[in-house]
Amino acid sequence: MHRFALEEGKVLNITINGKLYQLDLDPQMPLLWALRDHVGLTGTKYSCGQALCGSCTVYLDGDPVRSCVTPLSTAAGREITTIEGLDSAAGRAVKQAWKELEVVQCGYCQSGQIMSAAALLNRQPQPTDADIDAAMSGNLCRCATYLRIRAGIKLAGRRLAGGAA
Amino acid sequence: MNTGDIVNLSRRRFVTSALVSVAGLTLGILPGVRAGERPSAPENAGSVAAQAGEFSPNAFLRIDQDGLVTVISKHLEMGQGTYTGLATLVAEELDADWGKIRVAGAPADASRYNNLFWGPMQGTGGSTAIANSFDQLRRAGAVARQMLVTAAAELWQVPETEVSVAAGVVAHSASGRQAGFGQLAELAARQPVPETVLLKEPEAFTLIGKRIPRQDSAEKIDGTAQFTLDVKLPGMKSALVLHPPRFGVSVKSVDDTAALRVPGVNKVVSIPSGVAVVADDFWSARLGRDALSVSWDESGAFSRSSAELLDEYRELARTEGTLVRKEGDAAQVIAQADSLLEAEYSVPFLSHSAMEPMDCVVRIDDSGCDIWNGEQMQTGDQMAVAKLLGLKPEQVRINMLYAGGSFGRRANPAADYLLEAVHIARSLEQGTPLKMVWTREDDTRAGYYRPMYLHKLRGALDAAGNPLAWEQRIVGQSILAGTPFEAVMVKDGVDHTSVEGAVNLPYPIANFQLELHSPQLPVPVLWWRSVGSTHTAFAGECFIDELAHKAGQDPVAYRRRLLADQPRHLGVLNLAAEKADWGAPLGRGQGRGVAVHKSFNSYVAQVAEVTVRRGVIYVDRVVIAVDCGIAINPDIIEAQMQGGMGFGLSAALYSELTLDQGRVVQSNFNDYQILRIDQMPEVAVYIVPSAEPPTGVGEPATPVIAPAVANAVFAATGQRLRKLPLRLA
Repeated sequence: MHRFALEEGKVLNITINGKLYQLDLDPQMPLLWALRDHVGLTGTKYSCGQALCGSCTVYLDGDPVRSCVTPLSTAAGREITTIEGLDSAAGRAVKQAWKELEVVQCGYCQSGQIMSAAALLNRQPQPTDADIDAAMSGNLCRCATYLRIRAGIKLAGRRLAGGAA
Repeated sequence: MNTGDIVNLSRRRFVTSALVSVAGLTLGILPGVRAGERPSAPENAGSVAAQAGEFSPNAFLRIDQDGLVTVISKHLEMGQGTYTGLATLVAEELDADWGKIRVAGAPADASRYNNLFWGPMQGTGGSTAIANSFDQLRRAGAVARQMLVTAAAELWQVPETEVSVAAGVVAHSASGRQAGFGQLAELAARQPVPETVLLKEPEAFTLIGKRIPRQDSAEKIDGTAQFTLDVKLPGMKSALVLHPPRFGVSVKSVDDTAALRVPGVNKVVSIPSGVAVVADDFWSARLGRDALSVSWDESGAFSRSSAELLDEYRELARTEGTLVRKEGDAAQVIAQADSLLEAEYSVPFLSHSAMEPMDCVVRIDDSGCDIWNGEQMQTGDQMAVAKLLGLKPEQVRINMLYAGGSFGRRANPAADYLLEAVHIARSLEQGTPLKMVWTREDDTRAGYYRPMYLHKLRGALDAAGNPLAWEQRIVGQSILAGTPFEAVMVKDGVDHTSVEGAVNLPYPIANFQLELHSPQLPVPVLWWRSVGSTHTAFAGECFIDELAHKAGQDPVAYRRRLLADQPRHLGVLNLAAEKADWGAPLGRGQGRGVAVHKSFNSYVAQVAEVTVRRGVIYVDRVVIAVDCGIAINPDIIEAQMQGGMGFGLSAALYSELTLDQGRVVQSNFNDYQILRIDQMPEVAVYIVPSAEPPTGVGEPATPVIAPAVANAVFAATGQRLRKLPLRLA
């Protein structure tokens, strides 16, 4: 990983879902809006703009971040993963569990929920309820799909632990 | 990483390069097009016309030559599962293969897609989607099935009575011939449409009553589901609106010099609801809005505070209101009663706070106006937009996309945010698509709240502890006053949505009086998931609990006796109490509370178990029993009971929108708190088996939890909390 010294008009090189993008955009623009309005990846959602709800969660070099408060300059030279590119073992297990347990309702927050859940399982394949609370309490769901989110994380975790995902 | 594959996007080259590099995605969001469907040009927005070779016997389905069945949903999918439920009704009578069913949103056309419970209006709400469509969509499926059978009989030269259909296969068992729907589509399209069809008896259902998979899961899991926020059209502009700081305030003057200097900002335009900044993308519009300098005319500002309003409501409740319902003479009985109880309950303003903030895409040209929206009230919005633009309603073409929640917010008789977007779009060059997005702060502060209400109750008991008199005064704004619905739904000065759930109190009380005060305020109000029941269930189910306590009786036993002639109330009450082990001992600081309430023709009882520790209320477990008639999809019913209860729990414990000298105090999820995963209780859902017609499930779980929790807190602590959100003294 290397970082660019930013100058006026400097193109930002950012790898998104394995593809290198050269973005001639305001370095202060939140990553979220670059993804949505310029790269065309709309799976990542806007909801609060203040890192208060988790709907915009993406990975920056593998770690979950709130893209609504992450300036593009922070992402320069680094690797971004969005819901569209989530293909880790944990990511696949979470998506499969979400489908089996019919987690989604309106679905708007679910990209962020799935990104946070997969990141948790990456660190900790068999999380306790307390681990789930700690990792997921910043991801709001107005439909209150929380019970199925919790069950989905546990199911995916069991699959990962058993190597069946 | 494939470094040879570099995509270059610059601001200046944004329009062309974005279209090239994300062409697939652009196609995916063309109007009316969903995964698995052929794209159509924007000009055919929302068209559900059959293509060549397709079989489209009515407005609700079409079958293509590959056998793919597209069900046309007249209702908005906002999370409640209606796309799945409505498709189930069609597929059941069609005997279709569920794996070959797709759903597309209907265009705005009330002549075909009206809500049968709303007369000529098309729209989604009141938990009516399944209930009003139950016969209509089963019939639509049965008609198509009959025409496929007739086609097969003609093709195979066999009697129709020998042709069977199951799981998407039409067969003649004697000859062993069979065909898929696609093979028969063209021939079926030429058959006469039967005037009458026989619908299945419930014993024959193969999909209704089963936990079949949701239609919208896959695309909501992989991020491809299209919400309004995701619409991208060639040449589209983004806009944000700066709203006035208080209600009743208008723009005096605008200095847009700095805003127009922000790169990407195209123009600044004053509209009736504020000042809009139009730009190439959201972020530029946001920076432009931040740079605006607006002075407001605050001479007409509404400048009162929530606390003052509550005091005024309390004063009003001391005076006689509009009579809603009267039996016997409650006032006289109370005046002479030995055993008397009086209580006051109140609830604050609430914001809907759907995760997708309000947003709308509009394009206006010579032929009319195209709208892309999580559209909850097509006919009202068509009329409002047509009136503003001087168009015929049918020239307002609405593409109904998924809504990222709504809870009533996207069904606004005032069409507020749509008209805002239309005002901006019409200031642009003809044919320019415009996406208006509200920030979370806009969404919290721009109005249309669940009104604040205050209930004053007095009750009298007879010697046996039975309620002899019940007097209730409700104070709160009318949701329907000043809307096109007022003429129909406000009768004799009573807005039904202010009193529903109270006027039909299920307990038989000989002396009953209900009165209403509907003060008028410039705070915009709107229905909010479960509408009037959000406050009437709280007041009514807490007060009956207080009466039970005063009578020295168990809250479940008390209700049970009073509900002896209300079998469906009784059914859910008994089921919830039994499954919750009502009466079993609990630990120190713990308590159990019950509430039962009918809304939207469904019956829900909930038993909440709480722990109160160091002044904090923890809801540990909720048992829910629901009677919603025939259960179309038990898994979705369970999800709606969990989620509807969770939505109500936010209001019971956390959410409050307050005015301070007219200014909305809260702005975002830091101060407008909603339920989080660690606050979600364990939930067990039980569905009462029923052969009654299906009724709503989206809303009825919401109003029951606040009284159940308040009653549980009383059981745990002896404190009666009568104000939402519940806070211990």
